[in-house]
Amino acid sequence: MLIKVNINGKDYEKDVAPYKNLLYFLREDCGLTGTKEGCGAGECGACTVIMNGKTVNSCLVLAVEANGAKIETIEGEAVNGKLSKIQEAFKKHHAVQCGFCTPGMIMSVKALLRKNKKPKEEEIKEAIDGNLCRCTGYKQIIEAVQDITGQLKKEEEIIYV
Amino acid sequence: MFENVKKDELKYVGKKVERLDADEKVTGSALYTGDLVLPGMLYAKVKRSPYARAKIVRINTKKAEALPGVHCVLTGAELNYRVGLYLVDKYVLAKDVVRHFGEAVAAVAAETPVIAQKAVDLIEVEYEELEPVLDCVKALDKNAPLVHPDLGTYEYVQAVFTPVPGTNIANHTKLRKGDIEKGFKEADFVFERTYKNPNVQHVPMETHVAIGQWLPNDKINIWTSAQSPFTVRNLFAYSFKIPRNNIRVIVPYIGGGFGGKAGIGLEPLACCLSRKAGGRPVKLQATREEEFSLLPCRSALVYKIKTGVKKDGKIVAQQMTMYWDSGAYADYAVNVTRASGYSGAGPYEIPNAWLDAYTIYTNKPFGTAYRGFGHVEFSWGIERNMDYVAKQINMDPLKFRIINALKPGSITLTGEHITENTGNVVKCMEAVAEKINYGKLTAEEKQYEKRTGMKIGKSVVALHKAPAMPPFTATSVILKMNEDGTVIANIALSEIGQGAYTALAQIIAEQLKFPIEKVRVSIDSDTDKEGYDWQTVASKGLILSGNAAILAAQDLLKKAYNVAAQILRANPVDLDNDGEKIFLKHHKDKCVYFSQIAVGYSYPDGNGIGGPLIGVGVYCAQGLTNLNKETGQGLPALDWTYGAHGVVVAVNSYTGEFEVLKIASAFDVGRVINPQCVRGQVVGGVVQGLGTAMCEGYIYDGKGKLLNPSFTDNKIFTSLDVPEIIGIAVETPQIDGAYGARGVGEHPMIAVCGGVGNAIENACGADLTYMPIRQEDVWRALQKKK
Repeated sequence: MLIKVNINGKDYEKDVAPYKNLLYFLREDCGLTGTKEGCGAGECGACTVIMNGKTVNSCLVLAVEANGAKIETIEGEAVNGKLSKIQEAFKKHHAVQCGFCTPGMIMSVKALLRKNKKPKEEEIKEAIDGNLCRCTGYKQIIEAVQDITGQLKKEEEIIYV
Repeated sequence: MFENVKKDELKYVGKKVERLDADEKVTGSALYTGDLVLPGMLYAKVKRSPYARAKIVRINTKKAEALPGVHCVLTGAELNYRVGLYLVDKYVLAKDVVRHFGEAVAAVAAETPVIAQKAVDLIEVEYEELEPVLDCVKALDKNAPLVHPDLGTYEYVQAVFTPVPGTNIANHTKLRKGDIEKGFKEADFVFERTYKNPNVQHVPMETHVAIGQWLPNDKINIWTSAQSPFTVRNLFAYSFKIPRNNIRVIVPYIGGGFGGKAGIGLEPLACCLSRKAGGRPVKLQATREEEFSLLPCRSALVYKIKTGVKKDGKIVAQQMTMYWDSGAYADYAVNVTRASGYSGAGPYEIPNAWLDAYTIYTNKPFGTAYRGFGHVEFSWGIERNMDYVAKQINMDPLKFRIINALKPGSITLTGEHITENTGNVVKCMEAVAEKINYGKLTAEEKQYEKRTGMKIGKSVVALHKAPAMPPFTATSVILKMNEDGTVIANIALSEIGQGAYTALAQIIAEQLKFPIEKVRVSIDSDTDKEGYDWQTVASKGLILSGNAAILAAQDLLKKAYNVAAQILRANPVDLDNDGEKIFLKHHKDKCVYFSQIAVGYSYPDGNGIGGPLIGVGVYCAQGLTNLNKETGQGLPALDWTYGAHGVVVAVNSYTGEFEVLKIASAFDVGRVINPQCVRGQVVGGVVQGLGTAMCEGYIYDGKGKLLNPSFTDNKIFTSLDVPEIIGIAVETPQIDGAYGARGVGEHPMIAVCGGVGNAIENACGADLTYMPIRQEDVWRALQKKK
């Protein structure tokens, strides 16, 4: 089936199998491998992308459902070789360890900050609660978002005794 | 090395530095094995057993083979290779019998994953179901069926392990210290209890994946998500009898490991499929469901502890029996048994100790290394037991721990003497006790109780762990200087998310006196191009690779100074550098730039000297020994990292509902190399420990079928579940650690579970002996108390 999708501002027109999900369409047909598969069942959020302004688990969306949609993925986040504010903050706060959940996590944060310029800690947690991270324990990710929005009261640090 | 250098003399060591792999990871450009597509690549899927124990009567692959797009179908009958790390006990594909639910019995390589899955569905397997062995204690009965009747014929590391053929015991580790009978006679009280925990899944966000290519004349290429490329190569070579130099293992970015990607995994099957498919590369990536049962998990444990104690609180004797349920295979689990055996009393001195640790085969998914390497599991028993005994003798549990803690002059279970430089577990305990206001409720906490009707409980637990590794474990670092005087570090240890490469770059920059921007670490691992590293496990990276990094930097500078000395007509001892140029200490204007000598120096007339500057650093663990197989005595520990958690919980003492409010965690890391990396390990490890403590674990039906192989039914912590976590560093320098540092990768996860259980008991009196602690378990324990 022929579909037309706008991904990160660029139009793609491709023939896809009706059973193919958006995740595999992005990874296999468009070469956008930044979006990861962690479970294939909509449980882990590693494949989170923004579709028409809302985050979706791209493993649960059929590619054909995305016909005519505007999709944002991690590949569109840095512009002209320059990291976005979210990416810079993730870097600064060590909000990244193995990095496998990071693309999906950043997309969830992006969608949150678009509709909520000053999210409370609880709102940040809720926005990323569908994105599982096994490495960081989430704190540094939350702090990165608080830093972007000018809400980080003090830098959380290791205490020396 | 350099353990006593003062903090203010250091430019990079001890400082915040951004992760050097962050750019690639935040942009999604970091390539993981699953992202790779090679020309002609085929996709593999496996047929898995629906039974825990069954005879394979016949397998019909005809329909699968006939499916267009299928290149080959493999069954165990065609393969005669056993694979394993310490005990070689597992076929690449099950032969004749299946030993656990989810075990691979056949595999397909096809042009697309969809075709491969269709073909798998067309494979017909006829089984004769057998009664499975599911209880690891009953598995020791004389008349229990044998999971491995051929155990006596298996190869294993004989100097270290003791399988017992004719039983289900894959290994029996013994430890005898002092006189146990005399100890119990001296005791005023003797208590005995049993503690249990189930299988747990590592859950790296990236599932296991391997691309194998078996070319004519046994030339093998492997791309894999493995933590330990050299061990993959080594075990592959051993099982298939192929020279190491025929096998190349490449590891791109790794999406988390936690021990589950140590040893060897899917690589042999992917390669065997490739061989049958004419050498085309074959990618085999586990689904999340397969991650739970095709691939290994953490062994379950039944831990029986008998403690003899004096009225004054001093433990005088402890008998410990560990029944490790390693499931169907134990190639790696035998070493979990060994390591937990030699440190199984926790960070406490036991003058008279007797420990038996059994690795036991059952018909469940098999156990392997998992962050903490047995210590998470046994610490549940030990730390619950410490509180139990303290309570019985009417002593504060923290005081009881401090009385019995390993201190300078103490002797460990294996006979090692603890010194001032080993680390300070008492300081860790005191630090966390202070941070949680141990032993009292703050005004705020009293208000909380009043407002919510919940009861607040507090606990302090302690932990220790040494790297579990062969006594001669070694590693290497190679530094290459580029034409402009920048440096590429080739570190044989893998970066699996822990941040080792960033910390090692800091050490290298410090030693070279170079700006850290001039040091880049090559992220991919490649056994053809790197030196050697045993495995990326055991929290040994910072000590071994840290020392190798120092030595590589010194070697690079020595070679550079030797060339500069000729040019400057000076003695190398009179030279120094500022990161850009080498100069005479007493005539700083007499200098030569690194960029002039990086790949060979050219005199004005064209004559050349020197050549590419390459620094090599190798480091091998020193002074360690195998343990005596009868007594467990010897020196197994490269270093001991001590730690402690202070835990605050709030419990509803009617319903059993509870919440962890706060955890303070302290570790004697020797020296902090990068405070953000340390905090990353502490917070991440504590949260993983909380998952193990509260919600994770395998659930089987009565026939050994795994019921919860998904995130729906096996929950891990989300952002909403995380309490306040305070990370604390104690710095007692490790003499043979790089700048005095010790590893802390695994430790934050250890003993969290005991801390939560003890705090719950402190709050409401619920006596828990099984982990994970679900809310209904607390309710049940409360009913028992009534």
